[in-house]
Amino acid sequence: MKGIEAFEALAPLLKNEPTVLANGFISRAFFNVTDRKENFYMIGSMGLASSIGLGVALAQPERKTLILDGDGNVLMSMGTLAMIATCAPKNLIHIVIDNEVYESTGSQRTLSHEIKLEEVAKSSGYKQVMRVTRPEEIQPAYEKLYQAEGPVFLLIKVEPAFDASQGRVTHTPEEIRDRFMESITG
Amino acid sequence: MLSSKIFVDKLRGNGFDFFTGVPCSLLSGLIAELEADQGIGYIPSVREDAGVGLCAGAYMGGKQPVLLMQNSGFGYSLNAFTSLNLIYNIPVLVIMSWRGCGGNDAPEHIIMGDINEPLLKTSGMEYSVLDENNADQVLTTALKKINDEKVPYTLLVKKGLFDERH
Repeated sequence: MKGIEAFEALAPLLKNEPTVLANGFISRAFFNVTDRKENFYMIGSMGLASSIGLGVALAQPERKTLILDGDGNVLMSMGTLAMIATCAPKNLIHIVIDNEVYESTGSQRTLSHEIKLEEVAKSSGYKQVMRVTRPEEIQPAYEKLYQAEGPVFLLIKVEPAFDASQGRVTHTPEEIRDRFMESITG
Repeated sequence: MLSSKIFVDKLRGNGFDFFTGVPCSLLSGLIAELEADQGIGYIPSVREDAGVGLCAGAYMGGKQPVLLMQNSGFGYSLNAFTSLNLIYNIPVLVIMSWRGCGGNDAPEHIIMGDINEPLLKTSGMEYSVLDENNADQVLTTALKKINDEKVPYTLLVKKGLFDERH
């Protein structure tokens, strides 16, 4: 499955959940699939999608909160998996698009071709973890995890196939913040 | 000396309601006070940059966060501040211990102690040095920056300001 297929399968499943998106191809590709005010596009601060998402989930315990993360981001901040498991927000769904490379910088390999990140999450103490490799598996896995008590972890294995001609996120950082905060508190 | 309990009460009285950090001995009294109150829900961060991210998310979710760290963690968090807080305008109150201040500390703290203030200034991170007499005044300044300009504000803490519990 290509990354874009994963995003196209995920997009119709999302409602009004605050969603923190990792920098690089994750933010760019998802922006081009579906631009929602609930999307917090993290354009810098690599590695911090998970901690930002944890902060949102803890501040808004009644709102389902999503993190749309990448393997490079997760590997950079593996300790945050332990923080998420320890804080144990019931409303947090951590989705990782795992393409095994740093795609937006030229597809240099990460370490996730050998390291199963969903097993790291499970060992850290996530309540449930799943791994899918085909587009048709995404909806049932997402719906199952959505009903479960968090924090839960969904790893979606994809091939590197980012179309670099796709545009960058066009909103300014402040616009991204304002829309996102309004979608939570407005 | 400034009482850790009184300062925590001042923070809470000024609306700060989300606390995380990575410890420093100079802040051990403060963190002990935060951890002693279950209602505060102090969260240990694994790294200072993860604490920056956590506070950013909490702020956008409606909280008024405080991040405690040693100045060694300022190095780890510099990219988080410059490519998250300072471009999205996401505020946070940072309480940063000033190890190496005056050059009198363990070797690993000397360089950061020396560049701590210039590094804050050159990064566009406004700050005050907290002392035993100016807590109310610097918190008023910090809240103005946080609420009006939506930028991080740092309080530098020298050795001996708070009691140490280790």
